[in-house]
Amino acid sequence: MSDAQQALDPGAGRTGVDLGFRERISGWRQRAGRSEVILFLLFIAPNMMLFSVFTFWPMIYNMYLSTVRWDMISPTRQSVGTANFEYLLTQGSFHNVLLNTFYFTAGAVGGTLILGLLFALLLNQPLRGRDGVRAVVFAPTLLSGAAIAIVWIYMFDPRFGIIAQMLALSGITSPRWLNDPSWAMVAIIIVYVWKNLGITLVIYLAGLQAIPKELYEAAKIDGAGPLRTFWSVTLPMLSPITFFLFVTSLLSSFQAFDIIHVMTSGGPVESTMTLIYYVYEQGFVVFNAGRAAAAALVLFVIMFVITILQLHYSERKVHYG
Amino acid sequence: MDRRRPFNARAMSWQVVGYLAMAFIVIMMGIPLFWMLTGSLKTLGEIYTFPPVWIPNHPQWSNFSDAWNRAPFERFYLNSIITTFIGMSIELVNATLTAYALAFLRFPYKRLVFILILAALMIPSQVTILPNFLTMANLDWVNTYQGIILPGASVAFGTFLLRQYFMGLPKDVLDAAKVDGCSHLRLLWSVVIPMSKPVLVTFGLLSIVWKWNEFLWTLVITNTLDMRTLPIGIAYLFDVEGNTQWGVVMAGTIFVVAPMLVIFLLAQRYIVEGITAGATKG
Repeated sequence: MSDAQQALDPGAGRTGVDLGFRERISGWRQRAGRSEVILFLLFIAPNMMLFSVFTFWPMIYNMYLSTVRWDMISPTRQSVGTANFEYLLTQGSFHNVLLNTFYFTAGAVGGTLILGLLFALLLNQPLRGRDGVRAVVFAPTLLSGAAIAIVWIYMFDPRFGIIAQMLALSGITSPRWLNDPSWAMVAIIIVYVWKNLGITLVIYLAGLQAIPKELYEAAKIDGAGPLRTFWSVTLPMLSPITFFLFVTSLLSSFQAFDIIHVMTSGGPVESTMTLIYYVYEQGFVVFNAGRAAAAALVLFVIMFVITILQLHYSERKVHYG
Repeated sequence: MDRRRPFNARAMSWQVVGYLAMAFIVIMMGIPLFWMLTGSLKTLGEIYTFPPVWIPNHPQWSNFSDAWNRAPFERFYLNSIITTFIGMSIELVNATLTAYALAFLRFPYKRLVFILILAALMIPSQVTILPNFLTMANLDWVNTYQGIILPGASVAFGTFLLRQYFMGLPKDVLDAAKVDGCSHLRLLWSVVIPMSKPVLVTFGLLSIVWKWNEFLWTLVITNTLDMRTLPIGIAYLFDVEGNTQWGVVMAGTIFVVAPMLVIFLLAQRYIVEGITAGATKG
């Protein structure tokens, strides 16, 4: 499965689909014939073979790799038990990686959700040209993260970049963005939010359009003002969608790679080194397979727990709904 | 509305605020793309100047030919097109067959198959890059097209998307075909696929966009310039040209994003439908 797309996340944890196990065509009363079973197996075989080789097997292989010390070249792998995990848990640099990941995720998820909702509220009004505005917001979600990261490097240039020049017009000296450890992550978050905002926008718009008009009429009759209507009608009605977006944005932000790779490569001074970037660096830059595998497992466990929580919550919604 | 209530100054002023806000959004969101387009036509003098030049005075079309010549863009395009379209085709076939089996075929352990696909959905490809790379190295498939394509060719999300659509197809049409003695292959080919065109187009387009922009896996599985795809290629051009030749680099980024912008202009509706489908089921 490809990455978000970046961000256009192919739906990691996207479980909004119907998982009912009922048979669709009740007219076929007879038990599954032998030929039908064979056909079923034939139909699922290519997909299942690819899953086995490139999804399930690597998960198991990864667990094994997390218990060895290996430079990916030498023919022997030294078994070290849980040493890789102990290293990660006790090393300040890995704590720093976790903090960076948390910082990035908070900014990315908060930014896309809040701005997405605000934009959706505006573009849900009967204003002329709103479809064009929606298109402008949505377009970046389809573009290569690597290519747009380069455009933003051009814009973030501390001397001749458009951002520095605009700040200069207001008398502000531009920070050195990508060269400054305290600003680099801010820059990455800005780019990520810019690129992924379109997804939350269109989903929030769909959610707003699904709210029954009667609720607004009732609120009006009760004499509720716009703010009151927003707090008591719109926001509660959007809460399932907000939860869905919260979880999916969280999961896709953990997978953000191309923007970071092109803009900062995890620097300066590891200030933009997130968990996924750490996995890449340990595996493919410093060739420490064991440590990369252990970090990948940490990433997986975090994402897995989030997904399980979402499934649990969604199922409860179904029962109570 | 304004005409019926010409003196409703309050509503009018809210409208003005609304349009101003929209204009602000278009400027903030649109500037990067505008800056990419105009930057690709600027001279170095127009780039390194203050105040900024908004519209290039002497469009430098040579930036595009320079970009094309300084990195093997024809190879990048070829590689991107091959991996994107073969990958998308395999995904589409996989998703259609698996979704059909789950929706219409009887099988005693169907629930188990469901759980396996759901489990696959929970394992992000980023977590498995290292072992997958080692598998590819064992198969001697590093730096090959099959190496780039195959790990991303299985489908979980698309399978659920298609299955859901298949289950919503009108039951009487399917039953009628069944009564006529239609075989499953025929039912799939002549009834289900033609009736599911919108969702197949939607998923196909999403798949194209993901594969065209794929970065991490392609970065690790290819190691020579002639096997790189456009996203890796543009990062290479940027490394070569650095922070000086911005006009040339911006022209290169346009090579990468232009095909997706065209798809967006032609098929925005389908893509938005695919993205919202997961979130807003009844």
